[in-house]
This record gives sequence, structure tokens and C-alpha cells, in this order.
Amino acid sequence: MEKDGLVVVGASLAGLRAVESARRLGYSGRITLIGAEEHLPYDRPPLSKEFLASGEPVDPVFRAERALREELGVDLRLGRYATGLDCRQRVVRLGDEEVSYSALVIATGAQARTLPDTAGLRGVHALRTLDDARSVREALDAGARTVIVGAGFIGSEVASAARKRGLPVTLVEAATVPLTRSVGSEMGGLLAELHRRQGVDLRLGAGVQRIDGSGSAESVVLTNGAEIPADLVVVGIGAAPCTGWLEGSGIDLDPRDKGVLCDSTLAVNAPGVYAAGDVCHWISDLFRGRLRLEHWTSAAEQGSLAARNALSLDDAKPYDTVPYFWSDWYDSRIQFVGEPHADDIQVVDKEWEDGKLLALYRKADRLVAALTVNRPTLIMKLRRMIASRASWQEAVEFAEEKVRN
Amino acid sequence: MRITVDRSKCTALGVCESLAPELFEVQEDGSLIILNERPEGSLCSAAREAVEGCPTEALRIEED
Repeated sequence: MEKDGLVVVGASLAGLRAVESARRLGYSGRITLIGAEEHLPYDRPPLSKEFLASGEPVDPVFRAERALREELGVDLRLGRYATGLDCRQRVVRLGDEEVSYSALVIATGAQARTLPDTAGLRGVHALRTLDDARSVREALDAGARTVIVGAGFIGSEVASAARKRGLPVTLVEAATVPLTRSVGSEMGGLLAELHRRQGVDLRLGAGVQRIDGSGSAESVVLTNGAEIPADLVVVGIGAAPCTGWLEGSGIDLDPRDKGVLCDSTLAVNAPGVYAAGDVCHWISDLFRGRLRLEHWTSAAEQGSLAARNALSLDDAKPYDTVPYFWSDWYDSRIQFVGEPHADDIQVVDKEWEDGKLLALYRKADRLVAALTVNRPTLIMKLRRMIASRASWQEAVEFAEEKVRN
Repeated sequence: MRITVDRSKCTALGVCESLAPELFEVQEDGSLIILNERPEGSLCSAAREAVEGCPTEALRIEED
């Protein structure tokens, strides 16, 4: 058994920010960072974007090993899975080994959902980890005929990378409109046009029956019987929180997706235990309810705050945010702020031929979200308006005036 | 303090503007303008937050 201290389970963005913030705030005790992958903590957004471009791949690793071990003084345990948690004894189990904690941050993230009966078939990949991204990149380098299952943001970014290389791309989506949950159906339909303009064969309302191939993927068979030849199949059908190791620990999990239930300060129902990042359901005051986000900015901010609150380095501070994500498709920068469950969406500006869009989302008399395409100067002003609970009228007037000028 | 931006890393995601609108503004062409390179007083902590929040680690603070 080891001396206690701060233990962070999960060595991606939220976990890294947790250890960095602990040190920045002056915590001098022991810090252990446990990561299931062999890699040093790395940045995920580039993996489906510039990492897939032709030419030298970008290096997504955040910090050199020396910086983590020596400068931050972190006991780094990579390639190690947490297998259990005992909240009463305050220990995290890594197989036979036990690591005790006085403060714990759960930041185990989410793992990509997969299609049944495709395990072991070469050429079929999710895009979540660095290893996934390397495999996809290699296939694109080889000129793969690419089929993407799931027209969400990851799938759309892979489609974009493959088309930029001039490869044939089929994008298969089970829903009749993509991105409904993220941006609403009207805007999801509009964004899908970007793929068609770039020559993607977009198949909406099409389920996957099976992937055929002996040893490696050869074709994707759809539920309508269509058969699409494929050398590379990228599956982007969402991710689920990695909390299997918490089963039986007494930690409260969401009954639907098994994410970790936290209060507004990211505290979990066990002393000294906090959660951050993709696993974390917390209570948002701004949106009056529980939210779980899989966004870069919230993972970074929550990681930082969870460590601060877990170590009681100051009075426990609640977390809140206006959710923000971005996605790069072809030459379009798509940005979304807020919470998409709206009563009504108003398109303020649709210079769609020039690839520009600004849409505002109303709930009751408040602005709750905004979507822009290639309108980078407006989005953060709208984000601040949502944070300050701006009225709908105020938001529309602001946006219309900005678009006129 | 002095704020600097590495233009080869900045992709105008705007997190800095969201955290410190007095100091940063993304332009319509996707470039970032630093409105005040040498913040003082309470703006210094906003500047530090913006630097920490940058998803591409394009911002830096040079202490005087």
C-alpha cells in the first residue's frame, strides 16, 4: 500500500488538467496519474482533423514525460487499468495493486461504441484513440475507399479528411437527419449539405446490416440491401462513459449511460471523490438541470476544478459553463455554443452560397444556443450573452445589427 | 506582463475572447487580435485564465 495523496484516474485532458491545477495551486503532496493507454496524455480534437491530413502528422502529445514526472512530480502509471474502487478504505485497485488516496478525481472518459460482429476485422476502426487515428491515417495514405458509419462530428471530420485527399467517401447515417441531438434537425439537415457539395455519397436513414470481408473489410451491406465496397470503415456512432470499474463501489451512476453523478461542485457521493470530463454528469445552474458533455473546453475546466475542490485548496466552487464545441469540415469552421433543446431556431444570416451561417436558439424568452459556420467573430459574443441570461429580443437585435455591418 | 500569440498555432477557436473579451477578439477572417498586450490589475488574472484555456496552446505570457 502506498501513501495517500491525490489520485487521478484517467490520463487524458481532464486528468492532465487536474494534476496541473493541483500543482499550480500549491499542492505539494503525492500525485498519481493512472492512464489505461500506453501513451503520454495527448490531445484528441486533432486526431480526426489535421492528424489525418497528408504530409507529416502533427504530434498530439501534450507534455514530455520528463515534464510530467520531474517538473510536476507526478507518479505516472500508463498502460494501467483501474479495476475497482473502495470508497470506505479509500483505495483504487489496479488489478492486484492498490493505490490509496485522500482525494480522487475520476476522469476515465468515454469509449467509442462499436458495431456488433466486427471485432477482429481489419480495416474497421473507431476514431477515439491515438492508435485508432494512426490506423485510419495509414489506410487513407494507402488510398482507401472509405465508408464512414455515423454522420456525427467525428464521422464528418473523417469524411472531410478523406475527401481532401481525393478519396471516394460514403457516409452512412441511420437517422434521416444527422446531428439532431447536437444542433437540432433543421440545422443538422443544413450542415449535411456541406458533405454533398464536396462529393460525399451521403446515405441517410440507412442502417448497417453487416460488414463483409474475410480477414479485412471488403464491403458494407446496408439494411436496404445496398452493398458499398470499402477498404476502410470508420465507425463514429458515439461514445459511452468508462465506468465499468466503478460497479459495486457505491458511486452513483446515471441509470441510462452509466456516467458519474456529481453535484454542482463536481463532488461524487463519497468523501474526497470528484469527477471530470466525459464521465461527469453535473448540475448546471445556468441550464437548470444535469448535463454531461463530451467537449474539450468542459473537460479541461472540470479537470482543473475537480482537483481544486477535491483537495479543498479553497472553498468548493460550483462548475458551470455555456457548452462550446467546434468542428472543421472542408473549409468550414462550425461552432456551437449553448444547449440545443430549443422552442424555436431563427436563422439570422444564411449566406449559404458563401458558406456562412448564423442561427440563434430560443427557449421561452431566452437565448439558449447559437450555431455559426465561418462566422468566428460572433460566436463568443453570443456565448457571453447566453452566460448572462440575455433575453431573446436582445440577442436577435445584436445579431441582426452585427450581420448588417 | 505581456501577452503573445503564436500565429502558427492559433486557429481562432475564441476561448480567449470568451474568457477575456477586454483583451482578445477574433476577427471575421479568423485572425486573432490582442486588444491589450500589456494588461494591468484585475485584467492580469483574466489574461492568465485565457492563456490556460487556449485549446491550441497558442497564447503565452511573458512576465516583466
